[in-house]
Amino acid sequence: MVDAPTAGSEENAADAFLQGGPSLRNASGPYFGNYGGRWMPESLIAALDEVQDTFEKAKADPEFIAQLKDLNKNYSGRPSLLTEAKRFSEHAGGARIFLKREDLNHTGSHKINNVLGQALLAKRMGKTRVIAETGAGQHGVASATAAALLGLECVVYMGAEDCRRQALNVARMQLLGATVVPVTNGSQTLKDAINDALRDWVSNVEHTHYLLGTAAGAHPFPAMVRYFHEVIGEEARGQILDQTGKLPDAICACIGGGSNAIGLFHAFLDDASVKIYGFEAGGEGVETGRHAAAISLGRPGVLHGARSYLMQDEDGQTIESHSISAGLDYPSVGPEHSYLADIGRVTYEAVTDTEAMDAFSLLCRTEGIIPAIESSHALAGAIKIGKRLTEGKETPSDVTVIVNLSGRGDKDVETAAAWFNMLDEEGHVKGTTLSTRKPKGPAERTAEAAVDVNEDQN
Amino acid sequence: MTEEFASKSAAAIDRAKAEGRSALVGYLPAGYPTVKESIEAGIALARNGADLIEIGIPYSDPVMDGPVIQAATTEAIANGFRVANVFDVVAGITAATDAAVLVMTYWNPVMRMGVDEFSRRLAEAGGAGLITPDLIPDEAAEWFEASDKYGLDRVFLVAPSSTPERLDMTVKASRGFVYAVSIMGVTGTRQSVSSSAEEVVARAHGAGAERVCVGLGVSNPDHVREIAAYADGVIVGTALVAALRDGGVDAVGQLTKNLSAGLGRAAAEA
Repeated sequence: MVDAPTAGSEENAADAFLQGGPSLRNASGPYFGNYGGRWMPESLIAALDEVQDTFEKAKADPEFIAQLKDLNKNYSGRPSLLTEAKRFSEHAGGARIFLKREDLNHTGSHKINNVLGQALLAKRMGKTRVIAETGAGQHGVASATAAALLGLECVVYMGAEDCRRQALNVARMQLLGATVVPVTNGSQTLKDAINDALRDWVSNVEHTHYLLGTAAGAHPFPAMVRYFHEVIGEEARGQILDQTGKLPDAICACIGGGSNAIGLFHAFLDDASVKIYGFEAGGEGVETGRHAAAISLGRPGVLHGARSYLMQDEDGQTIESHSISAGLDYPSVGPEHSYLADIGRVTYEAVTDTEAMDAFSLLCRTEGIIPAIESSHALAGAIKIGKRLTEGKETPSDVTVIVNLSGRGDKDVETAAAWFNMLDEEGHVKGTTLSTRKPKGPAERTAEAAVDVNEDQN
Repeated sequence: MTEEFASKSAAAIDRAKAEGRSALVGYLPAGYPTVKESIEAGIALARNGADLIEIGIPYSDPVMDGPVIQAATTEAIANGFRVANVFDVVAGITAATDAAVLVMTYWNPVMRMGVDEFSRRLAEAGGAGLITPDLIPDEAAEWFEASDKYGLDRVFLVAPSSTPERLDMTVKASRGFVYAVSIMGVTGTRQSVSSSAEEVVARAHGAGAERVCVGLGVSNPDHVREIAAYADGVIVGTALVAALRDGGVDAVGQLTKNLSAGLGRAAAEA
């Protein structure tokens, strides 16, 4: 492997694509150009082989495919809608913006697609326990959900900083029967949660499956996680053809590890007329150094088992990422995205916290949909792309753009309330502390119950 | 194992063998608590019975390390450790002792400096080679080239979970010795040595490895004695790091002396 991708191979791949060369779909790994692979301890290689083998067999097994389809339809609620955002579109140069509604899936994000697939594989491997990392808590909640559904023990590693930012999701996981382990190492965010999950996996690999939540990590995870999310793009492609009679001009998604994005992109990779955009978390602005834009500003390195773009210092130490969005707060990115960036098939740009929160507010007020802050990065990007593609056009509504609304924003209400200055000095929503009645709560009910018991005894 | 030139690690293990005992391998992180003290601690290791020394490069994401080593390496980085300091540590210890000094490192810092550049500087500092916990031979094309060019040992890991095919491949790819992981887990002290350790050593020997050293969870003279009965070398890490943390360089020397008593040296000398 060379430290930087060779210019020659990039040009060849891009040329081949433009000339109708080999398909970019269904890349199987372990390598995506110079990226991917297995930069992992030998102790885990046998487990990775087992996952790969089980996955390959399952893909070829009609029974597995039927099982997954059934869960997607009757448990997650697929297909998810493709909703035209008419009032929002007015702010995007008049391009027609369509939202792929992954927020409407059970558990509120795209994450359920992958966890159902992997939890089924865990059962096939005879594993009784799954572990997961989580940033925003969406993957943790989805994992806890799948574990409850399929009768698996579930332990979720979550950075202590993220536990604070996403306390509601911690409670959700616990309600679903999972154990949440707050991680206090390093930056106390997603990357450190992955480190601890890997330490758990290497110690308990015999009966434990690591349910990795994004299209990153060692082979076969990038290709496997993409496979379980491909349904997003397949549905969206059919739905947009039904609704508009043509392919979209552009598709947009947010990029943390990149699983919702690769799931949407995959169906369109070979449609040369469709421009594809990935939006990374620009944090406080890429010029400030406080961001999570691995492709825009990183350089190739290895982290968590894959070679990919990575935010690192001159010594190869991982740089802490920063984003208002816990789910995008990751210093690397899935290896297939690094490849798609190098060959020029997908354009990756950074969106700042401010731009994302403006788009968050706009979607709330124009469409009645509260988006996840992660997805708000894609919405902010779509506004830019809509304006760019309609510039100078007589009928801007000829331009159509699909945005992956990867999750709903219920979990982000507290962060948003703070951002939009809706909280008082004590952190309460302004105007909610005026009641003079004695608060009613669980404690009071317990007291009443105790009285009832005493009465029975009498 | 390939032996086109004199391997420093192999020579150190063979010297111990000639004394009728297994070799003692001690691990310490570079730059903990400071670069200067890590050199002193390394010298204390060698003077009190360690035949080989592993110097770890503190790294931001040490997925194979337990809490003790994580805390030490995090502190080293906080104290200003830079990757290039590892060459000062290696040079400082090799100048003062006969021990073979290897560097144990996660792969990204090497990749960032450039595999060739890192190897050149390690060889210049008198280093014996690299132990690579997250680099498997499958991904090591550049490292094969550089280690041959600069005459460095390539120590890959084998685990209880390694298939016969992978074990065979890894033994062939290694030079100096093969690092047998005693248990499925991360670094840290444990009550007892897993029975899987003996089996993995036997399998590595069976695959043609001349020198197999056992690490992970080895912390006291009893563990050392038990492993020395079947392995060519015994690797101690966390216990030494904890000694350095709690009692400084002197404590490292004292623990090393105690550990080396488990190697059967006295019996060999008698």
